[in-house]
Amino acid sequence: MAERQFMRVRADMPPGHVRTPAYLRGKTGWVERKLGPFPNPEELAYGHPGTALDLMRVRFTMAEVWGPKTAFPKDTIDAEIYTHWLEPVEPPHAT
Amino acid sequence: MPHDHHDHLSPSGHPYRPDDDHPLTYWQQMEIAIRELLIEKTVTTATEINAQIDAMDSRSPANGAAVVARAWTDPVFRDALLADASAASRDMGFDIGPMKLIAVENAPDVHNVIVCTLCSCYPRNLLGLPPDWYKSRAYRARTVNEPRKVLSEFGLTLPDTTTVRVHDSTADMRYIVIPARPEGTGGWGQDDLAQLVTRDSMIGTGVAKSPTSK
Repeated sequence: MAERQFMRVRADMPPGHVRTPAYLRGKTGWVERKLGPFPNPEELAYGHPGTALDLMRVRFTMAEVWGPKTAFPKDTIDAEIYTHWLEPVEPPHAT
Repeated sequence: MPHDHHDHLSPSGHPYRPDDDHPLTYWQQMEIAIRELLIEKTVTTATEINAQIDAMDSRSPANGAAVVARAWTDPVFRDALLADASAASRDMGFDIGPMKLIAVENAPDVHNVIVCTLCSCYPRNLLGLPPDWYKSRAYRARTVNEPRKVLSEFGLTLPDTTTVRVHDSTADMRYIVIPARPEGTGGWGQDDLAQLVTRDSMIGTGVAKSPTSK
């Protein structure tokens, strides 16, 4: 199996039209697949031509998103996140 | 006399139902204004708008069911569908427009479910209009937080050994679940199999019907 590329979603809360769900900001997941490029919706929303950005399907564990006490920590959430919201991080240590 | 308040009763003896009349909402007015402006400025025509409404209304979960049934019976198509669901759907003859589709496949130990937490993204170009509950805040908020509980309310209780994968349709892609082919359907043709594929099984809030309940 290929090495997982882990990514952390920026924890910012900027104003305006953003398609990065608030509940995933600041969370770390791994790239499930790469998509795109697609025009940046944050520019399209205001009538600007959207800059082409890669889009990533990032997979998060329920434990990462909701905390270790969540009922089924190994269930997952996949979401599409534009690359300008992602920063590569080292794989977390196995616990 | 069983009914004392004659003023409020219809001749059939039942209460009058209030009329469902109310002024247009802000967004209803906005839609009419923009539609009329687009026609007035010859950007589009009433005929084109009606044709598009007819095209949307003609799409139904039966289109998706045909795709799923083919994936169950045709391994080459199944692989193509998982690799590029838009291209595979077009190859079957479905006009899905510019929609970018991803197919996710259930397995004995994996169950997939689709949600759009930000709005109500749905593969309309293949499955038609989404059910109202799909757009509700409760479904959108709870499916990412407690998917198994939501699924159990749909009548689908999954064993703890099954991994649940929630797909939040946050951006440009749309999703369809390929449910597991029901037991006892060996030798069935695609048309019969498609009858077992429900809309909810392609959202992931259900599974395909069993052949005995058809």
